[in-house]
Formats: sequence, C-alpha cells, structure tokens
Amino acid sequence: MTVQLLAGQLLLGLINGSFYALLSMGLAIIFGLMNVVNFAHGAQYMIGAFAAWFLLTNFGVPYWAALVIAPLFVAALAMIMERLLLRPLSNLDHLYGLLATYAIALIVEGLVRQRYGATGIPYESPIKGGIHLGFMFLPWYRLWVVVFSIVTCVGTWFLIEKTRLGAYLRAANEMPQIVESFGINVPKMITLTYGFGAGLAALSGVLAAPIYQVSPSMGSNVMIVVFAIVVIGGMGSISGAIITGYLLGLVEGVTKIVYPEGANMVVFVFMAAALMWRPDGMMKSN
Amino acid sequence: MNKTLLIAAVALVAALIAPIYIYPVLLMTILCFAIFASSFNLLLGYAGLLSFGHAMFFGTSAYITGYLLKSSSISLELALIGGMLVSTVMAALVGLLAIRRAGIQFAMITLAFSQFVYFVLLQARFTGGENGMQGIPRNALFGVIDVKDSFHFYYVVLAVSALALFLFYRIVNSPFGEILRAIKDKEPRVESLGMKPEQFKYLAFILSASLAGLAGALKATVFQFATLTDASWPISGEVILMTLLGGLGTLSGPMFGAAIVVILNDELSGLGEWALIAQGVILLVVIVFFRRGFVGEIAALLAKWKKPAAKAEAEAAA
Repeated sequence: MTVQLLAGQLLLGLINGSFYALLSMGLAIIFGLMNVVNFAHGAQYMIGAFAAWFLLTNFGVPYWAALVIAPLFVAALAMIMERLLLRPLSNLDHLYGLLATYAIALIVEGLVRQRYGATGIPYESPIKGGIHLGFMFLPWYRLWVVVFSIVTCVGTWFLIEKTRLGAYLRAANEMPQIVESFGINVPKMITLTYGFGAGLAALSGVLAAPIYQVSPSMGSNVMIVVFAIVVIGGMGSISGAIITGYLLGLVEGVTKIVYPEGANMVVFVFMAAALMWRPDGMMKSN
Repeated sequence: MNKTLLIAAVALVAALIAPIYIYPVLLMTILCFAIFASSFNLLLGYAGLLSFGHAMFFGTSAYITGYLLKSSSISLELALIGGMLVSTVMAALVGLLAIRRAGIQFAMITLAFSQFVYFVLLQARFTGGENGMQGIPRNALFGVIDVKDSFHFYYVVLAVSALALFLFYRIVNSPFGEILRAIKDKEPRVESLGMKPEQFKYLAFILSASLAGLAGALKATVFQFATLTDASWPISGEVILMTLLGGLGTLSGPMFGAAIVVILNDELSGLGEWALIAQGVILLVVIVFFRRGFVGEIAALLAKWKKPAAKAEAEAAA
C-alpha cells in the first residue's frame, strides 16, 4: 500500500521533474552565455503551450507538428527580442537585462490573460491509453514526456559540453574578445543561444499542454520553482540544472506523502539548505 | 542642503492641505508605497542589491500588525512596531543566506524566499488563507487618540511617513550610506580598504526590510485588511517599477514613482489586465530610454541648463 503510494508519487515527481529539468537547463544555458536571468522564460513556456492549443483549434494542426512549429515560432520571437532589446542593454549592469525580460513577461502574460481569460484550457492528449503498472495507471503520454525530456536534456548537455560548437559557447562566455579574434561571430552566437533557450522553454510548454491545463499563469507559477532549482544546481551549470531538476521533482513527490502541506515549499527549503551547505552551488560551473 | 530643506518644507505643506482636496485613503496609499519604494531604493539605489522579494516583508508585516490589532487591544503604534520587528528578524535570517551569492543571483534567491513566505502565509491559520484578514481595527494611538476617521488618520500616516523618510535621508547621507555607494561602484576597492562589504550589505538589507515592514504595517491599518496579494511577487515587481520610474538612487524619485503607479493602478483598476500590462510597458520604456527615472532625468536637464558648477547641487537636490 505505502510502497504503491510512494512509487506513484515518485513517478508523478519524475514527470514534474522533467519539466523542471528542461526549464532550468534553458535558463542555465542563457545565463551561462549572456549573464542574463531570463525572467521571460515562464512566459515563453506559456506561449509554447498556447501556440500548440491555438494551432490545434484554429488550423487543426496536430500535436506532433506543434511540437516543432511552436518552439521555432517562440525562438524567432526571442531572437528578435534579443536583437532589439537585450543587446542594447548588454553593456550595462546585468540587472537591466533581468528587468527587461521581467517587463516582457508582464506584458505577454497580461495580454494573453486579457484575451483568453485566466481559467485553464484543456488540451487533448495526442497519445491515448496507457499501462497498468500494478501500483498506478501510467498514461503513455506521460511516459513519452519523461523519455523525451531525458533524451533532450542529455542531448543538449552533450552538445554543449562535448562538441566543438559547445566549446565555442563556453569559450565565448569566458573570453568573448579572444573567441571573436578566431573569426567567430559572438553576437550572432548569443542571439542564437537566446533563441535556443527560449525554444526549449516553448518545447516544454507544448509538452506540458496535455498534462497541465493551458493557462496564462502556468509559466509564472513554475518559474519561481525553477529559479530556486537553478540556484541549487549552481548558476550556469547545465548538468547541475538537469540533475537538480529531476531530483527536486522526486523530492516534491515524496513530500506529498510525508507532509502534503509542505509540497510546494520543499524546493525553497532545499534552496536554503544548499545555500548554507554549498554557497557556490552543488555543481559549481567551471 | 538648503535647497533640499526648502523642497521638503514645500512638500510637507502641500501634504498637510492635500486631504482637503483629495480622498485621504488614496493619499495614504501613496505614502505607504512611498516608504516601500524608498526601502527598496536604499537597497538597489545605494547598495546595488536587487531584491525581487520585498513583498515578503511588506506582506508579513501587514499580517502581523493586523493580527496584533485584531487579537488584542494593543495600541496602534505598538502594533506597527510589532509588524516591523517581525520583518526585521525575517530579513536577518533571509539575508544571512541571500548575501552569500553575489550579483544577479540575489534577485532569484530573494524571489524564491518570498514565494516560500507566501506559501507559509497561505497555510498559516491566523492569516485567513485565500480570504485574507478582514476587519482590522484601528486601535487608539498611544491608547488614547482616536484615529478611526480616515481624515484624522491621514495625519498619523503622514507623520510616520515623514519620520521614515527623514530616517532614510539620514541613512543614505551618513558614512554608512557613503560606504554602500562605494560598494556599489567598486566592491573590491572597499574590501581593499579593510572593510567587509558583506556586513554592510547585510545591514542595508535588514534596514531596508524594516522600512518595507513599516510600509506594510501602515498599509494594513489604512485599508483595514491584509491579503495574500500583499505578499505576492507582483508586489515585489511593482516596487521595482516605482523606484526605477521615479529615479534610482535619488531621494525623492521613489516617492514620485509610488504616486504615479498608485494613481495609475487606481485609474486602470476597472480595466482588467491593462493595469499590469501598462506597468510592463512603462518599466520597459524606463529601462530602455530613461534609466535615470523621472527625477533623475529632470535633475540632469537642470544641470545641463546651469553651469557645470551647479551640476552637483542639482543632483543633491534630487
């Protein structure tokens, strides 16, 4: 009985953790190269989910196509935003970049809520059915989310930590002038990276649409938890963000059994503990 | 110095006669947020620390003050001090951890802690959860002076605000304030002079939180209710907007910013989400075009007109 309950909550935690990992990885990538805390990450996630819903209801575009179109759409918007807004601010104190993305998030969330209301909109799962595991019923779609997020996280980690392209990215973070002297267009790389991070957020949004309801506030709610996760993992550390994301999802699941009232607070308790124990992050980057 | 005094005197006279013409509750709201924005300004404008969780001090203090007034016959000023004390202690704890991470992470950590406090307040029994705390009485000031009428109460709020803003002025113009500014400009230099920047930042954080607590405590007595909104992150964002709009690191800027945003919210309150959207747009415009804010830009204009020698004076007047 308790083992069943535990296994069930661990599985749910793993699903939540999949989203935490994807979102905090995107944040860590953007922060790592640009030193900007992307407050619009939640809004970009929400727009991804809304785009999937909008495409389905207005044009009958299926989920699988939206999984490609929505991230590209959001990435394009984000790259425009980087060129027009973030780049002119990049020479100033980094807090202006943070505040600019916060302002964008306020505007985007406000406009969507004004147009579509605050209540959640259901999005039908593209994969029907599931499997009885003995301790719980697992819909195939949720399994797909877990597998897809693990593949995406590992793939991205590999891309950045183990390939030539990733080496340029990491080098540009350390010494942009020197990387430029090798003939690499660093500003273009920054634009593309921001687009990539935002696209990851939108991809998570599309993934989330059938599980959580599509609503204007879905982004800002998860955002603050993801911030805490990035702080625990160590800012800019990609592996730290991924591992902490999954781990905290699981911890949240276990807390739901032990102390249900504390489930939405446990992440912050962990953050406090991590700051005490390891002030530089669990996996300090570089 | 004389100019500052003159401006302060004119502002005080205007504030004294204002409630004859303007609804006192609106004026009191502006005063509360002027204190709140000044508290935030102390931290970002002088110490260079961006707190994205100042609502935790504002909201918690509002609840504590409300609870004290509701559950006992404590006099009003003690209830305000009670709220302030709790937010001060809270800042001492949060600051201990948040100061450990430099720069931009401070914003994320304070935001996360403030969300934690939000959930605690949501679940604590005394706060009334989602419904908030209603019907907070305005007990007599010093146990004798009746302040139930909003017109009379306005003068109490004005006196407290004037005191708080004077305190703020003294802090930023003290040697302590100078060191904070030095830390903001060049932290390693301050460290090389044998001082510990961390300790100064920590103290600034605590001072800022107690001022924010005072603002929240006053707010609870003005509106006679406290809700979860007071402790939610949009309030933390609002106080950032007020300070930047008015002028970061200027004395009077955040007060102007508070007045403009409070009036804007009041005007747009019936228009659904547009109040929030307008806030976002204003914040964006300020960040991109007017980073010195309202007062800062005016001071810069004045300095341009006058001889360069008068430049310092104009900046001091702001």
